[in-house]
Amino acid sequence: MSESSQPVEAASGGISTRTMEIVVALALLAIGSLVVYDSHRLGSSWGSDGPEAGYFPFYIGLIICISSAVILGQAIWGKVGKRSTVFVEWQSLRQVLAVLLPALAYVFGIQVIGLYVASAIYIAGFMRWLGKYSWFKSIALGVIIAAVSFATFEIWFQVPLFKGAFDPLSRLGY
Amino acid sequence: MEDIAALFHGFSVALTPFNLLLMFIGVSLGVIIGVLPGLGGANGIAILLPLTFSMPPTSAIIMLSCIYWGALFGGAITSILFNIPGEPWSVATTFDGYPMAQQGRAGEALTAAFTSSFVGAFVAVVMITFLAPLVARFALQFGPPEFFAVYFLTFCSFIGMGKEPPFKIMAAMMLGFALAAVGIDTVTGQLRLIFGWHELMRGFDFLIAVIGLFGIGEILLSMEEGLSFQGRSARIDPKIVIQTWKKLPHYWATMARSCLIGCWMGITPGGATPASFMSYGVAKRVSKDGHKFGTGLIEGVIAPETAAHAAGTSALLPMLSLGIPGSPTAAVLLGGLLIWGLQPGPLLFVEQKDFVWGLIASMYLGNIAGLVIVLTCVPLFAAILRVPFSIIAPVIVVICAIGAYTVHNAMLDIWFMMLFGVAGYVFKKLSYPLAPLVLALVLGDRAEDSFRQSMLISQGDVRVFFSNFLVGGIMTLALVLLLWPLVSRLRASMRKGGPAAAT
Amino acid sequence: MRTQLRSGWPALRRHAAILPIMVLCTLGASGAASAAAGAWEPTKPVEFVIPAGTGGGADQMARLLQGIVVKHNLMKQSLIPINKSGGAGAEGFLDVKGAKGDSHKIIITLSNLFTTPLATGVPFNWKDLTPVAMLALDQFVLWVNAEGPYTTPKEFIEAAKKAGPGKFKMAGTGSKQEDQIITVALEKATGVKLTYIPFKGGGDVATQLVGKHVDSTVNNPIEAVAQWRAGKLRPLCVFDDRRMPYKNKVTDKQSWSDIPTCKESGVPTDYVMLRGIFMPAGVPPEAVNFYVDLFRKVRETPEWKDFMERGAFNQTFMSGKEFADWVAKAEQEHVGLMKEAGFLAKK
Repeated sequence: MSESSQPVEAASGGISTRTMEIVVALALLAIGSLVVYDSHRLGSSWGSDGPEAGYFPFYIGLIICISSAVILGQAIWGKVGKRSTVFVEWQSLRQVLAVLLPALAYVFGIQVIGLYVASAIYIAGFMRWLGKYSWFKSIALGVIIAAVSFATFEIWFQVPLFKGAFDPLSRLGY
Repeated sequence: MEDIAALFHGFSVALTPFNLLLMFIGVSLGVIIGVLPGLGGANGIAILLPLTFSMPPTSAIIMLSCIYWGALFGGAITSILFNIPGEPWSVATTFDGYPMAQQGRAGEALTAAFTSSFVGAFVAVVMITFLAPLVARFALQFGPPEFFAVYFLTFCSFIGMGKEPPFKIMAAMMLGFALAAVGIDTVTGQLRLIFGWHELMRGFDFLIAVIGLFGIGEILLSMEEGLSFQGRSARIDPKIVIQTWKKLPHYWATMARSCLIGCWMGITPGGATPASFMSYGVAKRVSKDGHKFGTGLIEGVIAPETAAHAAGTSALLPMLSLGIPGSPTAAVLLGGLLIWGLQPGPLLFVEQKDFVWGLIASMYLGNIAGLVIVLTCVPLFAAILRVPFSIIAPVIVVICAIGAYTVHNAMLDIWFMMLFGVAGYVFKKLSYPLAPLVLALVLGDRAEDSFRQSMLISQGDVRVFFSNFLVGGIMTLALVLLLWPLVSRLRASMRKGGPAAAT
Repeated sequence: MRTQLRSGWPALRRHAAILPIMVLCTLGASGAASAAAGAWEPTKPVEFVIPAGTGGGADQMARLLQGIVVKHNLMKQSLIPINKSGGAGAEGFLDVKGAKGDSHKIIITLSNLFTTPLATGVPFNWKDLTPVAMLALDQFVLWVNAEGPYTTPKEFIEAAKKAGPGKFKMAGTGSKQEDQIITVALEKATGVKLTYIPFKGGGDVATQLVGKHVDSTVNNPIEAVAQWRAGKLRPLCVFDDRRMPYKNKVTDKQSWSDIPTCKESGVPTDYVMLRGIFMPAGVPPEAVNFYVDLFRKVRETPEWKDFMERGAFNQTFMSGKEFADWVAKAEQEHVGLMKEAGFLAKK
């Protein structure tokens, strides 16, 4: 799983690897600082009977800060060859977003109308717009999968899943 | 010899048509539960437990333990096919199993996974049959320092083997530890790293992170490469099972080693998840193909699967003989025993012979039943990969969302899953390793708890970790493993008479 | 016990037949909602929140309740246990607090109803919930390893004092929760100083004592009874003002009622833990009555009685105002105990 090879050809433009490296390193730096801050608040020293609640997190946060600072430095002042590589080309990014944005909309949908209804709509929509299936096939499959999961979880295993703020299924008695 | 007679008596108890039917139902249910991420063996058994109250206890435990076997088998399926570990202990299976599936060798990977699971479980059952009283006592030797030593050993056997930039390994691992620390601190009861946001109290469950990082992250990656999984057109041949079996005896040493690791971790309630990681780490170091691990090596599937099952099975031993659950699933089964009026503990073997030997016999039979069921389904499972991406992708996202939700019944976890998904995508492209992050997240708080419990016991004296033969031995082994790469690199560079090339 | 279970097993088939009917009922429930006017009944599956992890004491009890309700067909709808154990149970309590007016949600509580908000400062209080019924009170027993020399609490305390402050180790479940409160109360009452070591579950705690990694525990009876029967652990006294009533022999020589109270052995400490049922605030009284009635029926079943005896529970049952008053008093006691112990959250 460590095999991801960076796209070496600096072709048709996109977000550069360097930019992403810097963004991620800054994010890690922020997380690390938060951890250090909160651990310090909890007490980060080695008490009389062993380490306090914040002892380990404090050093963990510190190491995150140091590592990310080094990564940041390498990204900014690192080898020029590496700078020009492309993290993701615009074309690919568009494809990734074509999956990511609907998925985010789906999660938002779960929040509002519950998992089952949102899943049916999401699967149908995905098949229709990204897979170019017919309306009939898309909707049929979406509804079937939602119904199967409803039967499996609510009825069979009796595990209630999220029904959403508006709970459209409440009229069915669930 | 008395044991063997008892075992055969057990077979006669377990081999009624009704019990066989329950076994079959149990395994099939277990596979389904194992496949659905978030719905683990523990939940599955907890959910079905009340339904078994109206059965005789022996039949009930046979069905429930078969669910357990089924879940152990089922966890491997999604790991290999979609890079989504259905269960924590199948994370290590994804490392090589998923690349194999991508190369069109899904059938081979599944067969190897199922068969080695079976071998692991079988060896553990044999051990339970013959060594139960002897081995059970060993578990009592484990106090907090010993637990810490075992977790430490797991880390040491696993880290220091990545090819990624060292600072990124470090950052990823520490991020895992930091995430593990979120929530309530066992030792002081203080809330940590939640910044007044009470929804964070439950902490970051390992499964949420894994479903996001691996499952969602992988979908984003495959999307970038175009609308298809690689290896989609791979031919699915029913003979694949036999062909794979011919290769397996070749890896007997890996299996034997992994069985040993697994049994040991199961008895000392370390659990199946550390066992699978440790076994993978050790196999990678010992194997002559070590550097190729992670690229789709069958050995990389065999090692974690054997160990996970050996551990999962032997975890039932301390439960039966001491009343200590070796895993969350065992804990729920333990509750079941109590409800049926059976008292797990040292007297169970004496007072409830029928029950105990019926259960042990059902372990043999349940495993065989499980193997037969899952192997016949291998072509079917592998065929799932032929479903077009634009159908399977949204279905995977839905399954991931359900999985993330069922872990804690929390909506927020689905959002976190998406966040982890994006992080997984970015991390993988920037070669931040995910495995150390996940390992730290699984074991981080347990390691910290046992460390601090040890400190309370020794009143702050670190020498407690070398205070007796057992804990000292494990710690030394861990340190050796930790320093091994350094030593071998040093040796290599001395032999070459010059500085070794940087990894 | 076994004969009961055996005689009960044809019920499996009956149950298998009931399941589809139940499904039909739930689907058609909207129509049949208020069949009998006046008597409230659940119209959809009831969520049973467990503010603790799978496999623990509260979890076991909740799943037993679910099983009894199914087996004896006490409720038309099903009871679905859900674990919400985050933040020492705070997650479960906040969930119920947020479900104002929802008559299809109940929660089983343990002492973390009081201790968690006090120790962590998480904003909830039992007054945010509707008390339904007390199911039982759970006892605590002082246990030592059977191979040790101590047979009375006095001997144990003397030895701990002699060894010096903090030399004896007491293992317990969680931090700033019932086990540690009892430990602190014990220290206050006798002047001894113990080192308290928190573990995640009661089973771990008992095992640590059997393995002699610690010197004593205050496990609930059900957590340690197996090891007691096997002769690995020895009970010294029970932290209640009366002895436990169960006279059937548990080991060869002793029954639960042979264990003296700590008070009569000269260690004036007592503590019992609530195992009770609560609902969200703002539910109609008819709904509360339905559940009170339900649990009354549960208490009459042989399975429940058997479970009570095996875990040596104190079988006090309360509901209505009596129960609310009890809870209010218990809360005051917890505030006092935790303040003395210095466990209150820093604001």
